[in-house]
Order: sequence, then C-alpha cells, then structure tokens
Amino acid sequence: MKKVISGNEAAAYGVMLSRPKVICAYPISPQSRIPELLSEWCAQGLLLKAKFVNVDSETTALAYVMAASAGGVRVFAATSSQGLALMHEQLHWSAGARLPIVLANVNRQLYWPGGVGCDQSDSLSQRDTGWLQLYCESNQEILDTIIQAYKIAELVSLPVMVCFDGIYLSYLQEGTEIPEQELVDEYLPPYEPKFRIPRWGAKLYFKHPSEFPPELSLGLTGARYEMHKWETKSMDAFLAADEEFQRLFGRGYPAVEEYKCGDADVVVVISGSAVGTGKTGVDKLRQKGHKVGLVKLKMFRPFPRELIRRVLAGRKKVVVIERDFSPAVGGIFCQEIKAALYGNMTRDFPPIYGFVSGLGGGLIPHQADITPQLIEKAILYALTSEPPTQDVIWLGLKERGGGDEYDRNAIKLL
Amino acid sequence: MNMTGTLLNYYSKRDEEYIHPPRGGLSTCPGCAMALALRLFSRGIGENVVFVSTMGCAMVVAVGPELITKKRDGEYIPWIFSPFGSTASCGAGLKAALMDRGEAETEVVVWAGDGAAFDIGYGGLSAAAERNEDILYVCYDNESYQNTGNQRSSATPWGAITTTNPAPTPKTERKKAMAQLMADHRIPYGATSTVAYPEDFMNKVRKAKGIKGFRFLHILTPCPTGWLYPSELTIKLSRLAVDTKIFPLFEVEDGTTFTINREPEGIPVEEYIKIQGRFKL
Repeated sequence: MKKVISGNEAAAYGVMLSRPKVICAYPISPQSRIPELLSEWCAQGLLLKAKFVNVDSETTALAYVMAASAGGVRVFAATSSQGLALMHEQLHWSAGARLPIVLANVNRQLYWPGGVGCDQSDSLSQRDTGWLQLYCESNQEILDTIIQAYKIAELVSLPVMVCFDGIYLSYLQEGTEIPEQELVDEYLPPYEPKFRIPRWGAKLYFKHPSEFPPELSLGLTGARYEMHKWETKSMDAFLAADEEFQRLFGRGYPAVEEYKCGDADVVVVISGSAVGTGKTGVDKLRQKGHKVGLVKLKMFRPFPRELIRRVLAGRKKVVVIERDFSPAVGGIFCQEIKAALYGNMTRDFPPIYGFVSGLGGGLIPHQADITPQLIEKAILYALTSEPPTQDVIWLGLKERGGGDEYDRNAIKLL
Repeated sequence: MNMTGTLLNYYSKRDEEYIHPPRGGLSTCPGCAMALALRLFSRGIGENVVFVSTMGCAMVVAVGPELITKKRDGEYIPWIFSPFGSTASCGAGLKAALMDRGEAETEVVVWAGDGAAFDIGYGGLSAAAERNEDILYVCYDNESYQNTGNQRSSATPWGAITTTNPAPTPKTERKKAMAQLMADHRIPYGATSTVAYPEDFMNKVRKAKGIKGFRFLHILTPCPTGWLYPSELTIKLSRLAVDTKIFPLFEVEDGTTFTINREPEGIPVEEYIKIQGRFKL
C-alpha cells in the first residue's frame, strides 16, 4: 500500500510493523506526530498491541524502555535534539547494558540559539555512547530503516538510533510504500531476548563472560572491549539485515551509497535529507562536463571505514558538505572521514574540503540552506583551488555578509 | 513491654529473609538502619520480587552480588541497577515488560535513598505516582547523601550540619514533606515506618503488597556515620523520631484516608536532637 505521509508518520508505520511491546515518548517538537500516531494505534488495539506511555521527560522515556528491554520485550522510543541531550545518561547506560532498543531521533538544533531547525549535531554529538547510528534520506528509508534497525539491534545486542532530518523529513510528505505485515513478520520474527533480568530464584545471569552483560565479570576495560567488538561486528549484521530486506522487499540501503562515482574525479560526501539536493547539484555539474559524483553516508556508527577508504581512494578531491558542527573543529562527518583515511596511507588519498552549511535549515530568511547551487559552488571551489589549510569552510555565509575580514582573507567563508 | 527483647527476637530470625551475607556481615556501616530495613522488608514482601536500585547506601549491598543470596542454595535475588534519577521510571518500565510477558504476579520494588527519591529522581517519581504505575517504591531516608559522605539533600532537616552545610552554617530550610507530597498524588497507598517498629513496618509492607497501583513507603533510616551518634543508638533514635512527633507513623489510602498507626508518646524533641552530633554547632 502506498501512502503520502510525513517522515514522522513513516517512522510510526515502521514501528507499528515491527510490533514492539512497550513504547515511550515525550512530546517534543518536531517528532510529536510519532507518539501521537502510535498512541492512537495502541488505543485502537488493532494494528498495534503494545503499551504506549506518554511520560514526563526524555530521561524517563529512555529509562522506561531500557528497563522494559532488560525485562525482555521489544521496545521503541522517539525523541529529538534537547530530548536526546536529556537522554545522554541513559544512552550510555543502555548501550553499556547491551539492550537492543530502537530509538528514532529527529535531527534538530540544540539550544542556544533557540529554534526547531534541522541540525544533525544532536545525534552526532552522542557518537561515543555506543549506540549504532543510521541516517535517512527519504521517508521510505525511514520506515524501512526502523524495521531493519530491530533486526540489527537484536542480532548484536546493541541499541540503534534511526536519525532523520527535522522539518525536511519529519514534516514533509512523500509517497511511501507501506509493506505488508506478513512480510515484515517474516523478516522480523517475534522477539526472544538473548538476555533478560532473571526471574525470581534464577541463577545469577552474569556468571560467565559470554553471558550478558559481559561488563560485570570483565571489568570496565573488558566490557568496553566487548562493546567495541560487537560494534565492529554490527557492520556484518547491517549487511545481512539489508541483504535479507532487499530479498523480501525489493529495496535496500547500503551503508555507503555511490551516485555517479564511476569515473568521478571529485566526490561529494553528504548524509541525510541533503543527499537529494546533492544529487541535483552533481547532475548539473555533470551536464557542464565535470566528472563529479556523490557518496551518501547512511551509517555513522559503526563508521564504515573500509567502505569509505574504498570509495574515496584514487579520487582527485573529496568534498564533504554537512549540516552539523563541532566548535573549533568543523564538520563531524569530515573528521570521521579524515580519521578513517589516516592510518591507512598505503593508498593514495585525496585532499578533503570540509564544508559546514545549512545549520538550522532555511526556514528563516536570514539562514542559509543547502541548495543545489551551493553544492555546485562548493564542488567548483574544490576543483579550482589548492587544498584547504583550514578544517572548515562556511558554505553560504559569505553571500549573506557573514564573517569578518580575517575570515575572508583566510577563505573560511564561501 | 520489653521492647529490646521483642526487637532482638525480630532481628535474630533470618530464615525468611534473603539478605544472607555468605562471609558474614554486610558491607554497610555498623548500626545502619537501611540494612535492618532491607532485612525487615525482605521478610514482609516474601518471594517473587524484582528489585530496582540505584546509587546510594543500598548499592554497597546490591552491587556486590555475592552479598545478596536467597536462602542458602546459591540462588540470587533479581536486582537491576537504575540511573540515579530514573528509579521510578525503570521500575515502571520493568513492570510493563513483566506484564507483557505474563509475569504480572512479580512485584517490582524500587529501593531508593532520599537523594534518589527527594532530589534527582523526584520528577520521575512524581510522574510514576501520577500515572499510578503498579510498583512499590521504598524510600530509605537517611536525610542526606550518606553514601558519598553526608551532603545535603532536600530530606535533610532544618538545623543539621552536613558536609555541604558545614558548621557554623547548618541547613536553614525545612525537610521536604515527602509522604504528604506522595499522598497528594492520590496514590492508592502511602505509609511511613521505622526499624524500631518492625511489626508496623512489616504490616505495611504486606498491606502494600496486596494493593495494585503505585505504593510508596517512606522509611526513616538513622545513620550513625552522618548523624554522628553511637551506632548502638539506631533503634533508640528510630523510636524517638516517632515518639517526639518528628517522624510520625501513619498510612494514607487514596491520598485521603489518614491513619496514625502509633500515638506518639510526646517526648520532647530535645531528646531526639541532643544525641546527634549533626545538630551541634
């Protein structure tokens, strides 16, 4: 069945089809439609037989589903920006306890300054919590990724965060294929926990390091080693989950997707809803005879190092355009890409041009959004300029009169 | 009534308890009322329980898993450890999972100190009470952050010295009226108790177990280490707290029906205050 739905609704459909038993959320903008729809379906009890709880805070939302997951049921929670920040303690906690929770995060700016604009920094700044992170480009991908996320989470006993851009995806509607329940049931059988809180009188559950949670018997270093190992293994789980999904549903989503990269000298790397914008920019440059391509990064944790190395090796230049920011450093994806390439210098890696743009989106007139024109501009700049000496170039700010004389001299603005 | 004899009788029986340190002795401070409260509680609540606990003095009992055994057969009491501010939320979430798995008869008990209940977890506690989650929340109240060395909490009484209200500047604010606040959420059952009245304590535990919905037990647990008194006076202080009307024993049903369980003797408050070093400037 195909429906025109928003990203929030797509997420809710993905959740419904995955049949969680406990769902918690706090109504935070711009994701409120997810809990609204889920609570509606839970109340009707036809499409979804689960306990929906509208809780008092994000801290409670994640703590609630965390304990429910430890109790042995499939769970879901949704949040955004400030809410995710408030969950920070529980994010570490749940990943450390190796609980297969799926959380939808609608990427939105963190205060201050205030607003509900799109910015991926909220989830990217949670990168060290141990959660797997997947970013979506379209509403269809949101729906499908939620279902896949349960598969991956339950394979490796780690929580998965499904991230999608606030406003651009959360509010905007697209034609979205809603899969048949039977097919999803085949893909995602009823949940049987690998580990759960024991029942009364049971033997203690952390007697052996191979049992959950490994933390307690191996000490912190051992526990983190286990987590690292399973985070790394989750790449295989992701590939297996996507392969099976493709087989059943006829569509899939690579961790690193190539677009017109075959003969490309310059490759632009983008993640999230701006990927489509990027493809338009690339198409226009192709029409003008430039050999450019695009790489879409779906996976952020674990970071697909080897795939990135493979796709970027041998290019003349790499451009990273992103809607997130780490102060005094620059784009977060860009840092990760550089880190993936360094330490593997046996291959010929290209210079990287890191651009930050469109923070907060283009809802407010004075804010610069990521447009095909800006993407063209960034790629053309990379084509014609020496490798940058700075980590970040602020894309779209110059034409709005931002920055001072120092910035302009240092070409930090474009 | 020979109170000492009666109490010894209570505290020397261990058969129905499940706090059995295999190497003898708990890792709490000598004279810890929380440890006594946990023992009494285990006898009142019976079997088929899952504990949710968090940072606090109970941690030294809960985290060392070898300390908590069920009877003598090496089986363990299920405990989960919650973030400091999420005790009630975790208890409620766990109960939701058990309900779904057809284990509704398992009682979820939150065992939390005053820091977790009065301060950092109050939002979640209030919300769980408002949602009438089917859990039994026990707050052992030693009137400050004793596990981290006696820092002020909103359970610390007026006039007490803590390490963050050092002499000569004792706390100048009142203690939060927790049992009253919980009652005002109109929860099905709320009660106060101390370890000096074990029968009252266990009756309330048993009564709470028989009620559905959110139940709150507020246990005053004197702390020799933080309150600065000789450890053998824990029971005496627990009794004086009641009989000086500092901490009356009462229960509240549906937030409206109050019952005083023991008419205080009306001993002057001074008797309670003067044996504690924390009130001396």
